[in-house]
Amino acid sequence: MSRYLLDRVVQSAIVLALMSFAIYALIGLMPGDPIDLMISADPKMTSEDAARLRALYGLDKPIIERYGNWLQAALGGDFGYSRMHAKPVLDVLVPALGNTAVLLGLSFVLSIAVALPLGVAAARRPYSRTDYAINLFAFAGISVPPFWLALLLIILFAVILGILPAGGVPAVGDGGFWEGARYLVLPVATLTIASIGGHTRYVRAAMLETLRQDYIQTARAKGLDQDLVVYKHALRNALIPVVTIVALNFGYLFSGALITETIFAYPGMGKLIFDAIMANDFNLALIALLFAALLTLLGNLLADIAYAALDPRISYR
Amino acid sequence: MSRHPTGQTAGGQGMLALAWMRFRRHRLALGSTVVLAVLAALAVAAPLVEAILGTSFGEVDLFNRFAAPSPAHPLGTDELGRDVLVRLLHGGRISLAVGLTAAVVSAILGTVVGLSAGYYGGRLDALLMRFTDGVIALPFLPLLIVLAAVDLGKLGLPAAVVQSEYVSLMRIVAIVALVGWTTVARLVRGAALSLREREFVLAAHAQGAGGMRIMAVHILPNLVSPIVVATTLSVGNVILLESVLSFLGLGIEPAIPSWGNLLTGAQELIWDAPALAFYPGLLIFATVIAFNFLGDGLQDALDPKAMEG
Repeated sequence: MSRYLLDRVVQSAIVLALMSFAIYALIGLMPGDPIDLMISADPKMTSEDAARLRALYGLDKPIIERYGNWLQAALGGDFGYSRMHAKPVLDVLVPALGNTAVLLGLSFVLSIAVALPLGVAAARRPYSRTDYAINLFAFAGISVPPFWLALLLIILFAVILGILPAGGVPAVGDGGFWEGARYLVLPVATLTIASIGGHTRYVRAAMLETLRQDYIQTARAKGLDQDLVVYKHALRNALIPVVTIVALNFGYLFSGALITETIFAYPGMGKLIFDAIMANDFNLALIALLFAALLTLLGNLLADIAYAALDPRISYR
Repeated sequence: MSRHPTGQTAGGQGMLALAWMRFRRHRLALGSTVVLAVLAALAVAAPLVEAILGTSFGEVDLFNRFAAPSPAHPLGTDELGRDVLVRLLHGGRISLAVGLTAAVVSAILGTVVGLSAGYYGGRLDALLMRFTDGVIALPFLPLLIVLAAVDLGKLGLPAAVVQSEYVSLMRIVAIVALVGWTTVARLVRGAALSLREREFVLAAHAQGAGGMRIMAVHILPNLVSPIVVATTLSVGNVILLESVLSFLGLGIEPAIPSWGNLLTGAQELIWDAPALAFYPGLLIFATVIAFNFLGDGLQDALDPKAMEG
């Protein structure tokens, strides 16, 4: 197990290193660099000035060398400065990360809380009316465009009913827990509804597979209570693949957060990445993207570990 | 060597008929096929509707902004006085075409990667599959946004190409294909891995057939069903992705209406004209769910072994 773990950690580190270079190179391909922005801000700047500035900041060097310099600084803990926010990158990143954790955490728990009973109910009576209805609902959930869902919720609750804010965060001083919670309702609802469908289908498929196993037949043949068989014997085993898929989908969670946060102007990682890319804030975009990648890789690593920990049949030599 | 186990000869009719019988039982899939056919027909007929209504998708009429539905404009007009119905139909042409093209390109990429990994195995397999895992692990939407923002001029493409109107369409197809091939690759790899040990492949090998021939003639035809199913299921995802990128202003240029970019300005307009935000999303929703049901139905029909329950 520890050997396997070590392998996986090393692999993830290599993937992360490759990705950091890929992202660095990609960001260099976005339109405009810091000097272009200076030129457009200062019409008196000549092309010699621009060339001198490029040399001063090392922007005229080949990409490998620039990447090396950046990597050296980053490994030393210097992530640079966000131009858009005029603050060190980490000072911007940490609060956004906290906000996203609240958003994703809440919607994840709510979504699982709904998807578990639905998936189990559908799997207990496959191809029945209940199953049919739940399947229809799950397909609707995975097919609805998340941004459209968000717009519909805004139209209903903010425009027509006027009971919830359309987006943003409470004004400074207008705090209080409940005021903050009001602003969370619609973003959390959007993300929850958008992920229930997928989760329900995973639970249903895993439960169907488990309920076919011999030990379930044995438990039933012993005359155990049906609910006990389903919830104690079957569900616990069915959760193993579910945990894996859910952890593997960590990257999708970020994508959902990006859409939702941008629409609701919620100050989290997703909106931060989007705004940084749109505003050519290179340092911030780079670190924020890498952070998202790091968290995704960690999620995948956790999935593998959880898989081994939950299922004693799996051994990694 | 001319007969291979695909069942395309005499028995093939029977297999297809069986598949059709199973497909017909999946009522949602059957309904979805009808919905998709109607949507596609409407999209194809967009110029006809334009001719009947005497307008075009780009025709601006500033004296007639946010008009209510009327015989001249069955669904009203948008913030520039353009006919909403005509724009929706034209958007459908683009969204459906982009969705289908990108799904097919991803499927081809995925098949090539999966076949090479599964058939040759060993180091190539390990390398390709680690790479696939890496791509799957990416936080893909943030990366797609970077890709969509890349300045093609900096990649050395000629200016005429970079500035052409349709480059945003090609870009979307390319971007989606770059991340979309993984599902098919894993599927094909798994199947190829087991198929290459089967007797008919060994027999072909013993007769001196080369790797390319075995893959093309003996392995690929056996993978048609799962590839078709996976591709159908991915069309919906692609249309969703296109709409998200276009909604964020990074997809298809506003000059060419697509279902996604019809929603780009919708958020600012929800207070004045909520209906404008409603229609394009509804069409995306209907198309995506129809493709998902269709894929589900095809899976039951073509691949009965994979059926649950």
